[in-house]
Amino acid sequence: MEHDIVIVGAGIAGMRAAIAAAEKSRKLSIALIAKTYPIRCHSVCAEGGTAAVLREGDSFDLHAWDTVKGSDFLADQDAVEFFVRECPVEIIRLENWGCPWSRNEDGTIAQRPFGGHSFNRATYAKDRTGFHEVHTLYERMLMYDNIEIFPEYFITNLAIEDGRVQGVSAIHLKTGYMEFFQAKAVIFATGGAGRLYGFTTYSHQVTGDGLAIAYRNGIPLKDMEFFQFHPTGLIPSGILMTEGCRGEGGYLLNKNGERFMKKYAPEKMEVAPRDVVSRAMWTEIMEGRGFEGEYGPYIALDLRHLGEEKIEERLPLIRDAAIKFAGVDPVEEPIPVKPVAHYTMGGIDTNVRCETAVKGFFVAGECACVSIHGANRLGSNSTAECLVFGRVAGEVAAEYALNAEQGKISAEFRQKEEKRIFDDLLGKNGDESPYQIKKELNETMDNNMWIFREEKGLKEAVKKIQELKERYRNVEINDKSRGFNTDLTSAIEIGYMLDLAEVVAIGALKRKESRGAHYRLDYPKRDDENWLKHTIAYYTPEGPKFDYKPVVITKWEPVERKY
Amino acid sequence: MVKFRIRRYNGKKSYWQTFEVPAKRGMTVLEALYYIKENYDSSLAFRASCRMGICGSCAMKINDRPRLACETQVLTLGNTVKVEPLDNFKVIKDLITEFDEFFEKHKAVKPYLIRKNDNYAEPKELLQTPKELNEYYLFTLCIKCGACYSVCPAAATLDEYLGPAAMTAAYRFCADSRDEGQRERYQIASSPSGVWRCHLAMECSEVCPKNVEPAKAVQLLRRKTAFSILKSLLGW
Repeated sequence: MEHDIVIVGAGIAGMRAAIAAAEKSRKLSIALIAKTYPIRCHSVCAEGGTAAVLREGDSFDLHAWDTVKGSDFLADQDAVEFFVRECPVEIIRLENWGCPWSRNEDGTIAQRPFGGHSFNRATYAKDRTGFHEVHTLYERMLMYDNIEIFPEYFITNLAIEDGRVQGVSAIHLKTGYMEFFQAKAVIFATGGAGRLYGFTTYSHQVTGDGLAIAYRNGIPLKDMEFFQFHPTGLIPSGILMTEGCRGEGGYLLNKNGERFMKKYAPEKMEVAPRDVVSRAMWTEIMEGRGFEGEYGPYIALDLRHLGEEKIEERLPLIRDAAIKFAGVDPVEEPIPVKPVAHYTMGGIDTNVRCETAVKGFFVAGECACVSIHGANRLGSNSTAECLVFGRVAGEVAAEYALNAEQGKISAEFRQKEEKRIFDDLLGKNGDESPYQIKKELNETMDNNMWIFREEKGLKEAVKKIQELKERYRNVEINDKSRGFNTDLTSAIEIGYMLDLAEVVAIGALKRKESRGAHYRLDYPKRDDENWLKHTIAYYTPEGPKFDYKPVVITKWEPVERKY
Repeated sequence: MVKFRIRRYNGKKSYWQTFEVPAKRGMTVLEALYYIKENYDSSLAFRASCRMGICGSCAMKINDRPRLACETQVLTLGNTVKVEPLDNFKVIKDLITEFDEFFEKHKAVKPYLIRKNDNYAEPKELLQTPKELNEYYLFTLCIKCGACYSVCPAAATLDEYLGPAAMTAAYRFCADSRDEGQRERYQIASSPSGVWRCHLAMECSEVCPKNVEPAKAVQLLRRKTAFSILKSLLGW
């Protein structure tokens, strides 16, 4: 197959990129490939809001400052300044395309408070913001004849030959056969890597496929040791209880009924940034002030004082999910929660134009690291990032494709890729179960690479991951059939995750400081002298090789971070 | 232990297989399916993603009723749980069914805001009061899981029938104060594959996991469509 642009991933960033490219030129042929149908992507799980400066009293500088301070000064400030200026128009575009934003009485778009933002700038559609954004983008996309959707194609590799991108290979799940998509430009918008963890808000499908494929092809990953733990994951499933719960006035309580955030962030209280709140909750739990439940200790998220009417109006999904998945009606009882793996701050190393080390290869959304989130992302900045940089990737790729030659995937690449997947993996005998390996990986991540880290645990994790990688060579896939072989695709995903886990673990071990979401018990202070820099990890067959690069500072010198 | 009877299909033949799953409070049918896949038979194929009832991947027939596997608690179902693929969809493998046509039907109703002045480069904020939003908001909640379509008697007997989810999408946009595309959609809705094919069985609303009430959307769309036909006949 031949297209001008191939986009992998059909969440907010991928679909926004497709629309941007199609708007640039109706003559470009654009393929949107994803392992699910577009509206089954993980972006639908975003709940609370999308940040944008829309109203008087707010300013770009304020949004940028909040973001930079939230990032614990690891964000690149030129990128942040660009980002905040582009957010508002994306909100209005979605509005014009049918997004059912929640409204003020006068009909204007409503906004709510969110963690770490010093203005109420989270634009929301009740507590189903991502869901409505995804559906709006998907439906809008149907208007463009030059966007062709390839749902349920599972990507296996990126073809880079002669110093440029030539296309991608993917398994068509329905038939089980491999297809090659040749393109002038390729955009990855494949999402994060949250399923590395066991207790996580992420959809089952978020296994870091694009990250691992880029990495294995020599494109470096940036800042992967920074994983965000969202304060409020529902127990026992880990389903996200939006920050909007606290934005709307919800309390966090320990077993003594104390709003303990007053000790940790006296000014911002429950709406301090996520790293601060998660650490506070975990400290309460470790010091014995959590509630005891059948799934271990937890913290109470209390919404009762908001009243039924407000909960129904602003947080209907939360109420429904708490009832269905935890048997708790938040109108009557506090919700049992604890911190949960939620967001991959790191990603494929890119710049504000979404370009990478390889010509013709662009990245956007959670799989990319620009970096605007640095060491800790603020709530409501991720969907905003997907919209802004999805658009940029689509436009830049379109400009590039209008002047580039068609990509060609060589016969040699095709044969090698088919052999790798179908002979070497599917056809192989072995005695390891990929699911057992995944289980052990999840346990290692949850135990050793959680909110509080220290050298001993991280060293153990590195060793364990390397052992799992070794055992993975010996996996056997029992299902030898072709069509919808989810046994095969699960095994490939687990292979991706192992490579990424190694980068996370070694990166965390090397970073001997505490910054944002990366907290080292043995190095509890931020160390700007030695560590105000991005981690860059390169693939080698023996394991990742590390390098560092400076943070871009424009207006704001690092200062102590207090909330 | 809860017994799971699963209807499987391997591309050639359909058969039943039984597994015993240690179930405890809080376990969902989706978790049970993962348990089976990871411990007993890794060839078992099903779709799943968000596991929180919002992505629409895992609708299947559970004890004779279409439901989302991810939000169905095992212990509410008794000692034996019967799991089958959705009706009215062609089975590809095990619990995975063909959805391409379903999405084509959704696309056929022009499910997007149609406006004469579509300004991509410099969009302007359009006002919509909370009351105007509430006119259609319920119908935006459709997750396209296919549960409604799987029980629709009209879809069962007429391949071309667009079905309850597509009709709901059509009504959702027609009822949006910002939309200017009603006329085009009424035409589609009043075609031989449109709203007049609905048998008013109301089962779609009965099984919708998001309580979207597709049957109500079809009724409202019928009324609007009829009125629009009348208007054009009378030359208003």
